[in-house]
Amino acid sequence: MNLILYLSEAVIPILVLLIVGNGLMHRQHVYEDFLEGAKSGIRTAVEIMPTLIGLMAAVGILRASGFLDFISGWLGKVMAATGFPTELIPVAVVKMFSSSAATGLLLDIYKTHGADSMLGRAASVMLSSTETIFYTMSVYFMSVKVKKTRYTLPGALFATTAGIVASVFLVWKT
Amino acid sequence: MNYLWGGMILVGVVYAAMTGNLGAVTDQALASAKEAVSLCLTMTGAMAFWVGLMKIAEKGGMVNRAASAMGPILRFLFPSVPENSTAGRYMATNMVSNFLGLGWAATPAGISAMKELKRLQKMSNQATDAMCDFLIINISSLQLIPVNIIAYRSQYGAVSPAAIVGPAIIATSISTLAAVIFIKLRQAFGRVEK
Repeated sequence: MNLILYLSEAVIPILVLLIVGNGLMHRQHVYEDFLEGAKSGIRTAVEIMPTLIGLMAAVGILRASGFLDFISGWLGKVMAATGFPTELIPVAVVKMFSSSAATGLLLDIYKTHGADSMLGRAASVMLSSTETIFYTMSVYFMSVKVKKTRYTLPGALFATTAGIVASVFLVWKT
Repeated sequence: MNYLWGGMILVGVVYAAMTGNLGAVTDQALASAKEAVSLCLTMTGAMAFWVGLMKIAEKGGMVNRAASAMGPILRFLFPSVPENSTAGRYMATNMVSNFLGLGWAATPAGISAMKELKRLQKMSNQATDAMCDFLIINISSLQLIPVNIIAYRSQYGAVSPAAIVGPAIIATSISTLAAVIFIKLRQAFGRVEK
């Protein structure tokens, strides 16, 4: 466990070392190359700023309106029949929109039920195996000004649902 | 995208009006917009740093080597992306970073990949097959070790914080497998792109 944490801490520094070391070995102008890349990185970041503002404001509105809770409650009733734990529904729904909000809910579950409870573990696995669908789609598609996203959403929802079901199943069966 | 975004706003405001949450909506919309700007500022630094490093790696040939190692996977998943294209290299970088949990490195590479994919096509506002497939795979998020979650778990007193790594790897594999099945079925039976 400590080894895993250590390794994940070390991954980035080692990568940086490898990249710069390799560059120096090839007698590259590493600093000039870096600056060139950094410039285009800043441009990209500034370009997606309006996208992010629009998106996060929309998610904020949706969250504050109570609509996400409404959906969760409704889904909860439907899913209760299948034996899916209702406490996990809000986590699954919110995670599709916002990672930080979902993390908040995860920590709530840790506080109420404990990090080692079934719910705590299932929510942990769920958050590690799913991605913020709407956020990712908006940022990526908006950055290239694509309006028609075609079958991306159904495909992404399909993969995410598979991940959610698998998370709950795995924790309950082990 | 227009309907998705517009829909979110409309549904949010109408629902808030019905439930009397309109005040909260205003506060939250402004707070979120502010949060977006500070997130973006934070991201600008990370993005500049990472894209800068990527440029060094690219000129040193490291990106090429990594991408050719990923070549067979890319050809299998995204047959419409030309071999050894810049798009393919960025896609490979994005997928490897996601896999290793380097989210801050994955996003710049992913956005660059989308830009390259766009250059490969003529249509202006429609997503190509490759874009859709790439995003579906990306969202299915194959991740080796969920570092954040492990950290939260240890913070909240889990006996063995990393105990979820095993199930998490299986679950994330299943969601990515579902994504692969989806895009392969679509490639096999879907309508030909106009």
